[in-house]
Amino acid sequence: MLLNIDKVQKSYPGGRPVLRDVSLTLDHGQTLALTGESGSGKSTLLNLAAALDSFDGGEITLDGTALSPLDDRGRAALRRQSVSLVFQQFNLIPSLTVGQNLSFHARLANREDTGWSAQLAERLGLADLLTRYPENLSGGQQQRVAIGRAMAVRPKLLLADEPTGNLDETASANVLDLMLSLVAETGAALLLVTHSQDIAARLDRQAHLAGGHIV
Amino acid sequence: MTFAIVQALLSHWRRHRLQLATLLIGIALATGLWSAVQAINAEARASYQRASDQLALGLYDTLRDPSGTIAVDRYVALRRAGWQVSAVLEGPVRIAGRTVQVMGVDMVTYPALPAMTQTEQSDAPPDPSDMLTAPGRLLATPELAEHLKSQTELPPIVVSDAVPPDLILTDIGVAETLLNRPRQISRLVILPDQPRGVPALSEIAPDLQRVEASAQLDTQRLTDSFHLNLTAFGLLSFAVGLFIVNGTVGLAFAQRRAMIRTLRALGVSMRRLVWMITAELTLLALIGGALGLVLGFFLAGALLPDVAATLRGLYGAPVDGQISLQPEWALAGLGMALGGTFLASGHALFRLSRMPILTGAGVQSWRSSTSGQRFSFLIGTALITGGFAIGYTVEGLVAGFAMVGGILTGAALVLPYFLTLALSVFQRRARGPVAQWVWADMQAQLPGLSLALMALLLALAANIGVGTMVSSFRLTFVGWLDQRLTSELYVTARDDQQGKEIAQWLGPQVDAILPIRNVELTHETGPLFLYGVVDHETYRDHWPLIASSDSAWDRVLTDQAVLINEQLARRADLWPGDMLTLNAEHTLTIAGVYSDYGNPTGQAIVSMQQLDLIAPGAETRQFGIRVSPERATELAQALRDRFDLSRQAVVQQAAVKAQSLAIFDNTFVVTSALNVLTLGVAGFAILTSLLTLWTQRLPQIAPVWALGLTRAQLARLELLRSVLLAALTAVLALPLGLVLAWALLAVINVQAFGWRLPMFLFPVDWAYLFVLTLLAAAVAAALPALRVLRLPPADLLRVFANER
Repeated sequence: MLLNIDKVQKSYPGGRPVLRDVSLTLDHGQTLALTGESGSGKSTLLNLAAALDSFDGGEITLDGTALSPLDDRGRAALRRQSVSLVFQQFNLIPSLTVGQNLSFHARLANREDTGWSAQLAERLGLADLLTRYPENLSGGQQQRVAIGRAMAVRPKLLLADEPTGNLDETASANVLDLMLSLVAETGAALLLVTHSQDIAARLDRQAHLAGGHIV
Repeated sequence: MTFAIVQALLSHWRRHRLQLATLLIGIALATGLWSAVQAINAEARASYQRASDQLALGLYDTLRDPSGTIAVDRYVALRRAGWQVSAVLEGPVRIAGRTVQVMGVDMVTYPALPAMTQTEQSDAPPDPSDMLTAPGRLLATPELAEHLKSQTELPPIVVSDAVPPDLILTDIGVAETLLNRPRQISRLVILPDQPRGVPALSEIAPDLQRVEASAQLDTQRLTDSFHLNLTAFGLLSFAVGLFIVNGTVGLAFAQRRAMIRTLRALGVSMRRLVWMITAELTLLALIGGALGLVLGFFLAGALLPDVAATLRGLYGAPVDGQISLQPEWALAGLGMALGGTFLASGHALFRLSRMPILTGAGVQSWRSSTSGQRFSFLIGTALITGGFAIGYTVEGLVAGFAMVGGILTGAALVLPYFLTLALSVFQRRARGPVAQWVWADMQAQLPGLSLALMALLLALAANIGVGTMVSSFRLTFVGWLDQRLTSELYVTARDDQQGKEIAQWLGPQVDAILPIRNVELTHETGPLFLYGVVDHETYRDHWPLIASSDSAWDRVLTDQAVLINEQLARRADLWPGDMLTLNAEHTLTIAGVYSDYGNPTGQAIVSMQQLDLIAPGAETRQFGIRVSPERATELAQALRDRFDLSRQAVVQQAAVKAQSLAIFDNTFVVTSALNVLTLGVAGFAILTSLLTLWTQRLPQIAPVWALGLTRAQLARLELLRSVLLAALTAVLALPLGLVLAWALLAVINVQAFGWRLPMFLFPVDWAYLFVLTLLAAAVAAALPALRVLRLPPADLLRVFANER
């Protein structure tokens, strides 16, 4: 099992619980859509799985590594080596070019494969945009760069938080197709947070979060 | 409606208290440093004026003898002929370890002095009869009176605020005793309302020179250059402080764009908004200015004693060591605060007033664009070129400062362009992804930091420039002292007679006796002190000539030529081969020009025979004695014992050098203090810029953190980034500082003081300054770095939140 979320609890500062004994599993190569209302804790759960935030109770195990004992360095290493992230806001590094953004994560993880990066740039329609800066790209183009950056490292687990939430319908379909095909091709697992039932329906499994529980 | 708008505008400062504090501190620092310098200058000038008024100087023509002393017979002859003249005897005397000036006047005939009617801490003004009858009275400031109170051998002291500091005013009879100069007169004051029909001065006293009141040595004129230098430094500090104001106001306006847009959408006119923001800025400027005045007052109070010591040492100018609050000074300071704030905010206010109602509210748009950077580069290049052009084509001190101002301002404007260029080169050469990101991120951060970095550039360049100037000056001065002060002993006799006795006694015991005799003449450029020298290898071998014709010394010592000091050469544009008129009968060819640092007046050297021809009565009271160094101490003591001379009357070479160096070092205490303060302000500018940019940092660092860098790594990188930018700025500041040093040494000093100095390089000092700069940058970045280190993940995650 690649990801095992076991009875995880999380409260916001002030004590309001957001996740109550949430449990979830994800196998290698599997795709899972996490749906729920705004404020239901979807993004929080995704952040916990990405080792971006700490939880109050339970345990998360990623590729055999329990997250709760990890310190800041251990969490950073895990993010570098084992997971990739795609956010709704793209979150590219504004000071780097498209080409530098694409290869950034792979280089951080010492897994740069220039052939694979070039192939990704070609397939994502970014080959002619490599010297541009993110601010000069459209939303769809920026999200394709974010996906390229995430896939360039050949992650075991891709975590995506509303990756098409900021895009129009056409761009959204385009981006999702590309992401799913790349996930399938590399054998990565995908945990995707979405509001859209249509998108959720295209993934292997679905989980719905409500009232701090998986229902 | 107005109240609602005010409430909305002020809400920004409530939410950004640090920004408000930064803005006020920026205004306060700029105003404070400027006001401190202005207060010092104003206080010093007021002291000169007070001294002049208190002693009735510069009001009446005077008569002087070229020898420096007027015989009493001459005075009697003038009085008998009907001339209304009043005798003055003045000179320095050392009492209780301190050198004070004694001014003895004829209390009966001298014009009314304020000190005779205004006194303090005494029961009544001094009784004129007490002043005139033994033991007489000494008038002194409360501070000097306190210092002298243990000297029981002195006549009673009357405390008065109406005499200049470090001066004893007394009757001429008492002054004769104090100065040990019986029956001597320094000058005669020609009183107004002379009777008709008196014989012409040329008949009764043809050897006396009449000096017009306006032509007398004017302390204010002499010290103008010193005060102009201080003002220039104050202006630089003011400019550095304004960089903080500019940066903070720019960011505050950018952050308020959304609010402005909303207010306009709700029906508030832009005109009304601009007026209200102007009122807001005025209020902030007044608050910051008031804080600055307080800061400036205390700073001036702390610096004034050193300035006073410098002015006394360098020019003999009387300056009180205490600062007093002047309403004009406070008003001028507030005016500068207002002017400076609007100067620094004008561009941001103008841009805001032109902002279309539907424009975006992003905070990034306040940053300068690439085209803006190019524009700055072009303006900067033009200013540098213009500065050099002025320096090369226009003469004068103001032109010199215009050149320095142009070069410094221009360099500050081209700095972002060169930094961007350097950063892009480093980014291209970087191997690892983190290094590549750091260089790229620095480029992105540059526009927000460029003003602080400009301030740092100016502060560093000023440090290097002024430091190089001072150190070059010191090195030259020490070498010059070694050359000029070659005699092993310097002796000052009480009078001409004792001088002759000393010379006779010393003759067989020493290698050479070099009389130091001089007279004061008048030249079109001001007072001219003419010295006579005897033929001795000491002069030929050691006297440093900066320009000379063939056999200069041979010609001088055979009465054919004269040597002049650099000050006179530059002021009168006289060089070897030109003629110098000493008086109606004596015009000599100039054979050489010698350097003469620290002397504000013109000077010339002729043979002793020539001096005796020009001024037969010149006293022989001072000598340089050449003797083997190992005998110097023993001989000095023997002289003191034999002729009952004080320790100060027989001084060894090392003591004279030490005293000269002490005066020199004191001269630059204020400059060094302002240097350090300016660097401190620049460091503070970096800190405030980093803090105000903080809100924009999170979106930059959050993605990198998410991709696997720890907060500790990011904090270290924050620190490194600031240190690298400061280091690059420091590297660029070095050539600028050297250009500034050259301008100070070759242009400003020549115009201000009349001497040109060679430039030396001090790499160790630069290395020290470089390390200090890196430390300052690290300290400035420590707080933001600590924030990154302690940043809760929740704050970083907020950057990714969909609802953001």
